[in-house]
Amino acid sequence: MKTVASPTPAAAAAPAAAERVPPLRSRRRELPWPLSIYQTAVGKKYVMAATGIGLLGFVVTHMIGNLHLYEGPAQLNEYAEALRDLGGHLVPRTLILWLMRVGLLAMFVLHIHSAWSLKEISRRSSPRAGLISGSKRYAGGQDYASADFAGRTMRWTGPIIGLYVLFHLADLTWGWWLGDDYVRGDVYNNVVESLSSIPVALVYIVANAALSLHIYHGIWSAFQTLGVNNPRFNHLRRGLAAVVAATILAGNLSFPIMVQAGVVA
Amino acid sequence: MSASVGARMNLKLRVWRQSGPDQPGGFMDVDAPDIPEDCSFLEMLDIVNERLVAEDVEPITFAHDCREGICGTCGVMINGRPHGPEAATATCQLHMRKFRDGDKIVIEPFRAASFPVVKDLMVDRRAFDRIIESGGYVSAPTGTAPDANETPIPKDVADFAMDAAACIGCGACVAACPNSAAQLFTAAKLGHLNVLPQGQPERLRRSEAMVETMESYFGSCTNHGECSAACPKEISLDFIAVMNRDYLKAKIKNRRLASQT
Repeated sequence: MKTVASPTPAAAAAPAAAERVPPLRSRRRELPWPLSIYQTAVGKKYVMAATGIGLLGFVVTHMIGNLHLYEGPAQLNEYAEALRDLGGHLVPRTLILWLMRVGLLAMFVLHIHSAWSLKEISRRSSPRAGLISGSKRYAGGQDYASADFAGRTMRWTGPIIGLYVLFHLADLTWGWWLGDDYVRGDVYNNVVESLSSIPVALVYIVANAALSLHIYHGIWSAFQTLGVNNPRFNHLRRGLAAVVAATILAGNLSFPIMVQAGVVA
Repeated sequence: MSASVGARMNLKLRVWRQSGPDQPGGFMDVDAPDIPEDCSFLEMLDIVNERLVAEDVEPITFAHDCREGICGTCGVMINGRPHGPEAATATCQLHMRKFRDGDKIVIEPFRAASFPVVKDLMVDRRAFDRIIESGGYVSAPTGTAPDANETPIPKDVADFAMDAAACIGCGACVAACPNSAAQLFTAAKLGHLNVLPQGQPERLRRSEAMVETMESYFGSCTNHGECSAACPKEISLDFIAVMNRDYLKAKIKNRRLASQT
């Protein structure tokens, strides 16, 4: 690159080394493998993608399991009971369920921590960047060519989903505000009692829309991050992301809508 | 400059002016009347600068060299897009006929924390040099040049490597990226070496070194695809996926057996 005369004599007199652009981040002491992978940004992206796939597996299973709602109270409650009995007589009751819960929590923590750290790295790398990635970086504005709504709002849909999970647990697992209407073990009753309230149903609808947007960008992004790239099937990746996100959206939105419509009562 | 045969246009420019790296900057509004539609964007800036000099105003500093889209020196944000609105076009190849008479054009430097503004529209992209230094080469023995076609390379592979090698290192990918990530540049520089037989011996070491140097200067990729959309050479996002895979291999593989892949 060509250089121009420095604007100030002091800068011109400085040694060439001082003109170098310093790294934004210095290398930290390397931790033992495999923690060393998580120390790097691409490594964190891998963890984000892998935990995202794990969490997606939970979301899909959860949605399919909830379809028992349409079979009636006995079948849904039996399904809930079967989850506690996973492993049958081979393991103590609820052990497998608790192992899965611990795994889920670990995936949540890693997914959120990696996302937060990478957001911080990007924020330091982009001068004047706003909360939505890239906003306000250019005083004259930036004209996006390919970044879609789902991708640009990942940092909003993520926290919305996090808060929603806490709401959902407080609502149906801990029964904080259903009061006497909450019957532990009677899943069908609790779901119907909760979702028949219009504000609660709206929370579920908005949060699940955010979840599906998050999943749509997440699936496509995971292919890239994990290096799953092959000209034979690359054209299918966006479509797969859309189909999975739409299926989850349809399934999850059907529960509050059907309860509100009085189909499930 | 030869006489223009096409129409002429009157433009209103809004140009970022900044006297030095640590100086505050701001927009300057300049009228650019009577611009031939056949000239390039940089030639338009030349015309504006000649008029500014005649008016005893400091001319607009912008980086440029070959002016034929192969050196990667030029590059500014034009109406919020790196290298302007045309796909697969560097700033120097952008013709004024792509604009309309009376257009208002906002011109800003590429922005990233590791691309400090040198002056006006010129930025310091030496962070890219640091990435190349850390592994963007093949350690070949010196001596006579090898015979042509001595190493057979399948056509698909040669084409793929050539697509990556088209990168001119202009920095539009970083400028376009909402995260100021340099994934596309680094992936292109890794890609054209890592898929060829000559690049295999150092593939894992190179991938690890260049990715980690990149990370010390730039942001983290979120797979928006803005980089590829802005790239004047249309480098594909596929190279980023290949880079990610190679990086993980570099972190996991037993390198004493690496040649047995």
